[in-house]
Amino acid sequence: MSVLRPLDKLPSLNTATILLVGTEDALLQQLADSMLKEDCASELKVHLAKSLPLPSSVNRPRIDLIVFVVNLHSKYSLQNTEESLRHVDASFFLGKVCFLATGAGRESHCSIHRHTVVKLAHTYQSPLLYCDLEVSMLITETNTTLGCGERVVSTQWARRKWLSKDSVSQRGSF
Amino acid sequence: MKPPPPKFKRFSCLSLLTSWDYRQTMDSYDVPESTPSASSRPEDYFVGATPLQKRLESIRKQTSFIPTPPRRKVPQCSQLQEDVDPQKVAFLLHKQWTLYSLTPLYKFSYSNLKEYSRLLNAFIVAEKQKGLAVEVGEDFNIKVIFSTLLGMKGTQRDPEAFLVQIQSKSQLPSENREGKVLWTGWFCCIFGDSLLETVSEDFTCLPLFLANGAESNTAIIGTWFQKTFDCYFSPLTINAFNLSWMAAMWTACKVDHYVATTEFLWSVPCSPQSLDISYAIHPEDAKALWDSIHKTPGEVTQEEVDLFMDCLYSHFHRHFKIHLSATRLVRVSTSVASAHTDGKIKILCHKYLIGVLAYLTELAVFQIE
Repeated sequence: MSVLRPLDKLPSLNTATILLVGTEDALLQQLADSMLKEDCASELKVHLAKSLPLPSSVNRPRIDLIVFVVNLHSKYSLQNTEESLRHVDASFFLGKVCFLATGAGRESHCSIHRHTVVKLAHTYQSPLLYCDLEVSMLITETNTTLGCGERVVSTQWARRKWLSKDSVSQRGSF
Repeated sequence: MKPPPPKFKRFSCLSLLTSWDYRQTMDSYDVPESTPSASSRPEDYFVGATPLQKRLESIRKQTSFIPTPPRRKVPQCSQLQEDVDPQKVAFLLHKQWTLYSLTPLYKFSYSNLKEYSRLLNAFIVAEKQKGLAVEVGEDFNIKVIFSTLLGMKGTQRDPEAFLVQIQSKSQLPSENREGKVLWTGWFCCIFGDSLLETVSEDFTCLPLFLANGAESNTAIIGTWFQKTFDCYFSPLTINAFNLSWMAAMWTACKVDHYVATTEFLWSVPCSPQSLDISYAIHPEDAKALWDSIHKTPGEVTQEEVDLFMDCLYSHFHRHFKIHLSATRLVRVSTSVASAHTDGKIKILCHKYLIGVLAYLTELAVFQIE
C-alpha cells in the first residue's frame, strides 16, 4: 500500500493521470485548473495530494506523472516533499517524476536556498522547473527587478564590468 | 546432506539493466560536485533510447555542474580591530539603521572630503528650496559633515569607512554648542575581498550603506552620490534564509551579560490581515541549545543552522500544533543585534560590530553582483 509503483495497474485507454503533491492547497488547485484548461490530445486527469503515502482505500487510476511542488518560501513544504519521496518506488524516477519550485522570484521571502532544490532534483535524477504560481505578485516583482537591473548597467562600474572578460561567467543567477 | 542452494544465474537479457546501477544514483544529498561517471554512462547502453530517455540524459548532463553553496561560514566573534575606539563607535550602536547596497564609487577621493561637504550642503539647500515659498526657516541652517571612521574594516585591503552627518546649526552664533544631528549615514566595507579583486584603481568599493534619519534626506543624499560618483543605491532586504543564519551566528557569540531576550517574529500570510507570531526565548537557553548542536569550534555549517531552527520549530509545534516552518521569518533579535527582513538593523554589542557588518557586507556584495 505505502509505495507508489508506476506499473502496478493497467493503463486506461487514452487517459493520462498526473498527481500533484504539495502543501499549499490553493496553489495546487490553481495549477490543476490551468492544466485542465489546456488542449490535450488525450483525456487528462489531475489528482491533488498534500503528501504521500496515498490512502489505499480509494480506487484510482494508474499515476503517469508525479509533480512535487516545493514552495521556496516555506521550509515545511521541502520537508513534506522529502518525506513523500520515500513512498515512491525507484522505477518512477525514470522520467515520471518532476520537481516544481515556486516562489523563486520573490528573493526576499525565500527561506530555502535555491541550491537545496537543485541538489534534490539532481539526487533524484529528475527535472526541476521554476515557476511562480502567485501571478499578480510576479508581475510587480519582475518589473522591479528589471528596473533595478537596467539602472545598474548604466553606471561606470557596471559598464567596465560588462566589458571585461569574466562578465559572461558572472551573469549566473536567475 | 542437502545440496547447496543453486546460485542465481544472471540471464543474458538482464545485462543491460545491471550496467545501469541505480545504487550510485540514489545517494542522499552528498552528491559530488563533478559527476563524470554519471554523464559518461548513458548512450553506450541504450541503443534504442526513446526521445524521453535522451531528454532525461541531457537534463542530467546539464545539472551535473552545480556550484557548491556556502557550506561553512566562520562566525566572526571577537575579531575586533585594535584601532576601533569603543567611545567613537558608541554612537553607531543602539540605533536603527536602514540598509542599502551600493555599487563602487567612481573617482572618490578621501582628501576631498571638505569639498564634498560643501557641495552636498549646497545641493541639499537647493533641493529643499525647490518648490517652496522663500522662507528662511530653521531647516535650512544645516551643516553637512564628511568624516572618516577609522578602524571600521575587516582587512587592510578594505577601504576606509566614512560618515556623513547632517547637523542643524544653532541660530545664535554666540552659543558654541554642536547642533542636533538630523541625519546620519555611513559607508563601509568589511572583508569585501571578492568585490575588491574585480575592481580597478578608479573605484572605491564601499558596498554597505547604513542610514538613520528621515527618508527624504536619504533620498536627496542618494541622488547627490549617484550624480557625483556614478553609483547606484538599492535597498538591501534580508530573506528568511539569511535571517536564520544570523540568528544562529549571533546566538553562538559569547556575551558577558545579556541585554535582550532572543526573539523571533514570524508572519503568517492569511486573509484579510496577516498574523504575527512572536517567539521569545531566554538567551541562556538559546545559547545552551546552540552549544549542544555546535560541533567544530570556529565554524558554523548549514546543517547546524537548520538543526537549530528545526529544534525551535518542533518545540513550538509540540505546544501549539503550528508549523512555523510554513511561515515566513521576518525578524530576529538577540543580545548582539537585531535584524528585520525589510533591511533594518540595530547593533547592540560593540564587540561583534565588525562581525555583524561582515555578514551584511557579504549580502550587499551578493546583491550588487
